[in-house]
Amino acid sequence: MATIRVLSLILSVLSSITLLWTQSGECNNGRRSEDAVDTDFSGFSVPLEHSFEVDDVPRFHLRGVLQFRGGRELGVYLSQNLLSEKDRITLKDVAAVDGLYRIRVPRVSLQVDRQTERQSEGYLTTFVRACSLVESHLSDVITLHTDVSGCVVGISIVTIPGSCRGIEVEDEVDLEVFNTTISVMAPVTAPVPETAPYIERMEQEMEKKGKNPQEQKSFFAKYWYLILGGAVFLMATSSAQTPPGGVREQS
Amino acid sequence: MAWLVVRLAISVSLLYAASAVFEDQVGKFDWRQQFIGKVRFALFDTHSQASKKLLVATDKNVFASLNSRTGDLFWRHVDKTGPEGHIDALLMYGQDAVVVVGNGRLLRSWETTVGGLKWETVLDTGSFQAAALVGVQDLVKYVAVLKKSAISLHDLSSGSQIWGENLPDSDSVQYQTIYSGENGLVFVLGIVPNSHIVIVEYKIEDGEIMNKKSVEAAWMSSLESSCAVVSSGILLCVDQITQSLYTLPLQSAEQTEMRQIHLQMLDLEVASGFRPVLTSTQPNPAQPPLSEFFLQLSPDHHILLQFKDGLIALLRDFSPVRTNACSINLFSADTGRKHLDTTIIYHMDPNGGKPNRLYVHAFLKKDDSVGYRVMVQTEDLTLTFLQQPGRVVWMREEALADVVTMEMVDLPFTGTQAELEGEFGKKADGLLPMVLKRLSSQFILLQAWLAHLWKLFYDARKPRSSVKHEVTIDILSRDEFNLQKMMLMVTASGKLFGIDSKSGTILWKQYLENIQPNSVFKLIVQRTTAHFPHPPQCTLLIKNKDTGLGSLYVFNPIFGKKSQISVPTLPRPVLQTLLLPVIDQDYAKVLLLIDDQYKVTAFPSTKNVLQQLQDTASSIFFYLVDSSQGKLSGFRLRKDLSTELIWEVVIPTEVQKIVAVKGKRANEHVHSQGRVMGDRSVLYKYLNPNLLAVITESTDTHQERSFVGIFLIDGVTGRIVHEAVQRKARGPVHFVHSENWVVYVYWNSKFRRNEFSVLELFEGAELYNSTVFSSLDRPHAPQVLQQSYIFPAPINTLEATLTEKGITSRHLLVGLPSGNILSLPKMFLDPRRPELVSEQSREENLIPYAPEMPIREEWFINYNQTVSRVRGIYTAPSGLESTCLVVAYGLDIYQTRVFPSKQFDVLKDDYDYILISSVLFGLFFATMISKRLAEVKLLNRAWR
Repeated sequence: MATIRVLSLILSVLSSITLLWTQSGECNNGRRSEDAVDTDFSGFSVPLEHSFEVDDVPRFHLRGVLQFRGGRELGVYLSQNLLSEKDRITLKDVAAVDGLYRIRVPRVSLQVDRQTERQSEGYLTTFVRACSLVESHLSDVITLHTDVSGCVVGISIVTIPGSCRGIEVEDEVDLEVFNTTISVMAPVTAPVPETAPYIERMEQEMEKKGKNPQEQKSFFAKYWYLILGGAVFLMATSSAQTPPGGVREQS
Repeated sequence: MAWLVVRLAISVSLLYAASAVFEDQVGKFDWRQQFIGKVRFALFDTHSQASKKLLVATDKNVFASLNSRTGDLFWRHVDKTGPEGHIDALLMYGQDAVVVVGNGRLLRSWETTVGGLKWETVLDTGSFQAAALVGVQDLVKYVAVLKKSAISLHDLSSGSQIWGENLPDSDSVQYQTIYSGENGLVFVLGIVPNSHIVIVEYKIEDGEIMNKKSVEAAWMSSLESSCAVVSSGILLCVDQITQSLYTLPLQSAEQTEMRQIHLQMLDLEVASGFRPVLTSTQPNPAQPPLSEFFLQLSPDHHILLQFKDGLIALLRDFSPVRTNACSINLFSADTGRKHLDTTIIYHMDPNGGKPNRLYVHAFLKKDDSVGYRVMVQTEDLTLTFLQQPGRVVWMREEALADVVTMEMVDLPFTGTQAELEGEFGKKADGLLPMVLKRLSSQFILLQAWLAHLWKLFYDARKPRSSVKHEVTIDILSRDEFNLQKMMLMVTASGKLFGIDSKSGTILWKQYLENIQPNSVFKLIVQRTTAHFPHPPQCTLLIKNKDTGLGSLYVFNPIFGKKSQISVPTLPRPVLQTLLLPVIDQDYAKVLLLIDDQYKVTAFPSTKNVLQQLQDTASSIFFYLVDSSQGKLSGFRLRKDLSTELIWEVVIPTEVQKIVAVKGKRANEHVHSQGRVMGDRSVLYKYLNPNLLAVITESTDTHQERSFVGIFLIDGVTGRIVHEAVQRKARGPVHFVHSENWVVYVYWNSKFRRNEFSVLELFEGAELYNSTVFSSLDRPHAPQVLQQSYIFPAPINTLEATLTEKGITSRHLLVGLPSGNILSLPKMFLDPRRPELVSEQSREENLIPYAPEMPIREEWFINYNQTVSRVRGIYTAPSGLESTCLVVAYGLDIYQTRVFPSKQFDVLKDDYDYILISSVLFGLFFATMISKRLAEVKLLNRAWR
């Protein structure tokens, strides 16, 4: 328990540092000027804000900082603050009146080279019921959805478990540290009709058919016994049908 | 071996899915009505006295021939939509009808009796101005077409061009009309606005310019609207400012100025601000027009004048009369006198519009008296054909050619059924009265049943033909299986129709006046017929597309009567409507209207409703879509009926734009929560009722970079459940969102073909919460499966079948441009169709994957009854689980029933009742006899 406390303390210190530096940078697009410190690092960060009020009027304040690592594999890390004593009480109060816990991020593009050309105004917001956040002991899953061009179009938050059963969360410690899983989801490419494997499969079937020696035989070779049998049968019937009178005449 | 199995599986599945209509079932469950649209040109076939033909060309680019005795279509040609197929002019001579199509692109001649194309010529480019038939010596031989800068003369019998000439000074002169008299000349009249008129004379034989002159007319701005040719080539123009008529003989070389005749000399005056209109008539193109003409002085004031020897004489003054009924009289043009016994009183429908066009056909009867027929077109696009004496021969409701939206409503119960139903609604008042009540209502039912039996018996004795089934509004009642319903259709012209779904009879119609042409409609069923004695109630939201301002029209869907309920006024543009399952004390569902300030208006807004809304406010969510900013936002209702923004998703408009958003249908039932797999485990469906399917199209239309985006968004939390991109694809996208699947159709721009794609969502092998679905408590994202197929035809519209309980397998109804409606089993659109057949997939009845979707003729539910320009398909469940009612609308309307899983709950028509009952009776008697025999045997054994 103590170790966690220490860790979280460090974390909070860290995040307050990051907080400072985001504020010194351009606020709205949320990323600092990259030429300043590390160009090869090519990451940037975006504030994640939250709001939970008893009167349900959103007043957003900083929850943490989302750090993006550019490049092929888009990585995202979230460093976030601890909930203060006051916040914990408010959150519990909000949960008691079944209020909402909202989060928001500014609209940004995750593609580093696009950063300067598009600076979109506004935020993307979402919410979760405050009680479920409390009952899940602040364990939530935040997903950022991007469009094809890498621009963030939506944010979603779910808590695990997501239900509100009215369980009392006694321990204040449970409401101090967020246990957050964060991910970025890009659109998946929808499949197109798969003609090539289908044709391949058809060809394989044909080949199999071709290899089968029985299939390769000619018509007569395959059904010679039937034809022979038929011919014999025909002959037998025709000879039986010859009128007896004709036979007598011949003899 | 595997291949054989594959083939076997396919054929088995086809056997299962195949469904077609038998020959004797044609027209039994289905009907089709064909329409033409708003008439722009109508010509009576005057070729012979007994002719019944009436040729019409409409704004829907339809050219058709109507039977003037019955109003039925003889034939109909539906051209391309839009300006390409626009009919510019219709001329008729004898058996030939000449049509100019597509702003002077094509010249066609039709044979009017059978509607066959005689010839077609492609005209030179240039915007169309006028067309006229040209006659030489009482015979019409040519047709002249005037373009902006050229004139061409075509042979009427072959279509070949006789000559074509460029018009002189066509860049400064606007050539507008064409006139040909009897003297072998074609006059082309042009104008330089507010300067002068140009008259060019062409020789008919070779197109040589015989004469060209210009006449001063500084006051004139347009030839077409202010001039007409009367008598033998006299150009007559009217000027509003100087209040005078001007005349000019077209042919005379010496007169180069127009002669002015003051209207005051005739004691006439033009109404202030009204632009006078001249109307002349030319009954035979080979002869000069009549010397009598009309002058319109005010919107409803016409004067009949005569031009004779350079003088104008007044024949009759038609001054306005204000009444509710219109009367049509026939007047002699020579004298202006009224013909005796020619008055037809035309009663205007109180639920209809005012008449705005008349098409008259006058003829001489056998006894040399004058007769006439007249076709009246009203504002609400009703065509009424009247014949003397005052008889309405037929009516056509052409507003139905443009159905915007529709609903189907159950018919009400009969009195006895309602009596029985009403019993349950009442409060309990003691045991004994309840029992008595029940007994009395059962007795009433018995009585009704006996009466019904008697009627059946009585009808059966009569010959088949004399039993007529006239459908009237009074005898309408729900049938046993609720197969007959009331179709409510809202048309673009603002006319509402109530149509019986069984026969297609129009039971009521209501014209809503003052509907802007760009209005959008939303029809909402607030109270169904299930709440006797409260009448059913429908609400139509009419919204002006430009201003966004809306109004509500509340009516009874069965009788079409406007409801007396006070309707909230909507001072602000309406953004969204929401029909809640919350009902007021009168069982009407509550409709919420959200305006542009995100304020909510409830309708009905009684105290009870407001109380209920306050209690449930925190669980009422709605969404708004702003496609211009690419923004989707979610709101929650507050207790004071204001709203709060709770989520926002922004799809940048620079990359893609939102083209469509669809939720699920509210009346949809899903029977099974999951699918049983081959290994007997269950794959649970992700059945989120709040899920929205959002379709986007890329702004970049380059065929390599264009794409179609699919977002599945939860409408409550704004969570993006799934996001997919179909690359190298382009719209128009048609899609259906139902149960746990989305099917969409797009155009693959790389391979240039239409493709279907299906998305199915599953929760997995375990359900998170099997009792109730809450968007707020469903943390795990669903598994998404997707597969695509090639569809070998373009698509107009897409819809899914719907049944009462959702047990029946689903089919997709695909409206094809050919007019056919394809019923495609959903089984073919299953993302779990395996590449390779396995034991398990066979167990599950999965069809092996094939990239191409088959189209089978027997899947066309409308066999040869094609629906032209199908625009929408509406499906409604019936009382039978196996049966789904389908209405396809476009230019035509087609109604039928489909049985996606065949009629599993209905005995077949040829079911052998005699066999089964004789077997039953036989078995019964056999048991009786054998019982008796066994008893005897037992007795005998006991005696031994």
